[in-house]
Amino acid sequence: MAYDPIDPIHQFQIFRIVPIKIGSWDFSFTNSALFMVLTVAVTAGFLYYTTRGRGLVPSRGQSITELSYEFTANMLRDAAGTAGMKFFPFVFSIFMFVLVANLFGMMPYFFTVTSHLIVTFALAMLVISVVVVYGLMKHGLHFFHLFVPPGVPAALLPLVVLIEVVSFLSRPVSLSVRLFANMLAGHITLKVFAGFIVSLSALGTLGILGSILPLAMVVALTALEFLVAALQAYVFAVLTCMYLNDAIHPGH
Amino acid sequence: MAAKDEDVDAVGETPVGGSGANDAAAWDVRRDQLSRKLAEHRTRLDIEARASRKAGSSQGIAEGLKLASEFAAGIIVGAAIGYFIDRAAGTTPFGLIFFLMIGFAAGVRNILRAVSPETKPVAKPPQIGPNDGKR
Repeated sequence: MAYDPIDPIHQFQIFRIVPIKIGSWDFSFTNSALFMVLTVAVTAGFLYYTTRGRGLVPSRGQSITELSYEFTANMLRDAAGTAGMKFFPFVFSIFMFVLVANLFGMMPYFFTVTSHLIVTFALAMLVISVVVVYGLMKHGLHFFHLFVPPGVPAALLPLVVLIEVVSFLSRPVSLSVRLFANMLAGHITLKVFAGFIVSLSALGTLGILGSILPLAMVVALTALEFLVAALQAYVFAVLTCMYLNDAIHPGH
Repeated sequence: MAAKDEDVDAVGETPVGGSGANDAAAWDVRRDQLSRKLAEHRTRLDIEARASRKAGSSQGIAEGLKLASEFAAGIIVGAAIGYFIDRAAGTTPFGLIFFLMIGFAAGVRNILRAVSPETKPVAKPPQIGPNDGKR
């Protein structure tokens, strides 16, 4: 496929950097994998570097780290109580990964890891598996009280339980689709409006003047996308906390 | 701010000069006053922070972004279950119809759960016990 500078989908293409094949499985190191590694490396490096001094009066970097720690800790404590704090490393890792991956995507020429459904779905499945496994370990069969809301007449119970089960199964779907769709749609919109600038300015003087309009739009959208990037990471983490709350206190 | 003025007054009352045990006692009094002021200030900050968090706009946006996909996900999962049951059991199209409706109900349930987390237990009598105080 010839490279088209204003093709809005091109930025999501995955290509192999280091082809690796084990048996019939394709384990190639792709650009997506590269940016995941970069995300983790930058996050871990930043957190480690800024807390290295352990100043009583925090430096700017240490303040950022401490703020993100307290933000996540408060979020988790609000949603799941102090019993949920044992999941703090898990929630913090997910929050930082999604946040940094989203913000990475805002850099020009960078690949947006979270704009691929399979990545966000893997994250969501990780959350749900932790919820199910921990819930079953901690509460045994009592965990299934999650599906039986109190105060339901016995005649309606099968239907209600069916609805609750489907509702539970829809959680990883909504969790992953929301993040993926927001990132994908935002980046496509940005690219389409940026493409208008290129197309319009090829039309001569009037076109160049007209291209100011999409340029203003792109500037506004960029700000919006930064907001969405942070918000989606926040929503993902908040819902993770709420689901963990179900695993810790099922049945109410 | 009124608290600022009080602070200045409080500092002004305590003698700064002097020597020996008198000085140490004065400093103690001063330290006590300061820590009391700090505690007061901290609780007020806490209350203010909680109030602003309630009215925070970004939390509202986050809430809004959540709801649409909650509803859609219920329907998608319901349709998928119905489709695969139909494929496996050859009951086309009744499984799809039934589970689509179940999925719709699940989507509505998702939204209800998302918008009213406090009143989630339907018709549940208020119970006092070990569960009290936590959601």
